[in-house]
Amino acid sequence: MGILHLNRAVYDAIRAHGEETWPHECCGVLLGRFSPANASTTDAAGKELGGWQVQAAVRAGNTRTDSAHNRYQIAPVELVKIERDARRQGLDIAGFYHSHPDHPAQWSATDFAEAHWLGCSYVITAVAQGKATVTNSFLLAGATEEDKRFDQETILVEDQPGTPDPT
Amino acid sequence: MTIFIPTPLRLYAGGQDAVELDAPTVADALEALTQAHPDLRKHLFTAEGKLRAFVNLYLNDEDVRYLPAKEATAVTSADTLSIIPFIAGGN
Ligand SMILES: [Zn+2]
Repeated sequence: MGILHLNRAVYDAIRAHGEETWPHECCGVLLGRFSPANASTTDAAGKELGGWQVQAAVRAGNTRTDSAHNRYQIAPVELVKIERDARRQGLDIAGFYHSHPDHPAQWSATDFAEAHWLGCSYVITAVAQGKATVTNSFLLAGATEEDKRFDQETILVEDQPGTPDPT
Repeated sequence: MTIFIPTPLRLYAGGQDAVELDAPTVADALEALTQAHPDLRKHLFTAEGKLRAFVNLYLNDEDVRYLPAKEATAVTSADTLSIIPFIAGGN
């Protein structure tokens, strides 16, 4: 299983966003850097794993106002601007987050069909009656659109923002 | 012009997050990009050579689909072209 590193502030912010927009879905972009495999990130078999080190979450507007309780969409022009700002800070788009109001934190058929950012993490927070419960992350794996799949990742919440793994 | 490569496609663009090239139009720029990095072609275009439906092209802040000349729009060295896959989903 891969690992998604989130600092505490980002983790808290994306969950708070889902609580604020409940009963509608929230959405946003995760910015960070890809950290190559090192000894502190190993799976159960001891295999070293790389993963995204997320440093910031940027809120985006949900443009699916027609069905905001169970759909989200980020306007491409907003994403263009978020990406451009990220580049200036030396950060990459590492993934995206959205909430599932009164629905489990598992990806849906719609999430899968509409996921096109291969190699990026899709973070989903279940929000039950306005309270954030489970947060899960799924890496969009595979080499092409035709063989893509979601692999669940372990979320590591780190208390010191921006602190790299000890190596 | 500068073409910004999104995270998932950098692997197919020699690891670069941006590619600088000279081309007269958006279509020519995409052609030059995929000539230089042939592995990008199948990620951007269908087998019939059409831009994949989930790939958005933004010339500076404008959606190329809605420009009067679309991909035939002339570009200058100061322009940026962002390749941005759609992001959406639901329950
Ligand atoms: Zn969803």
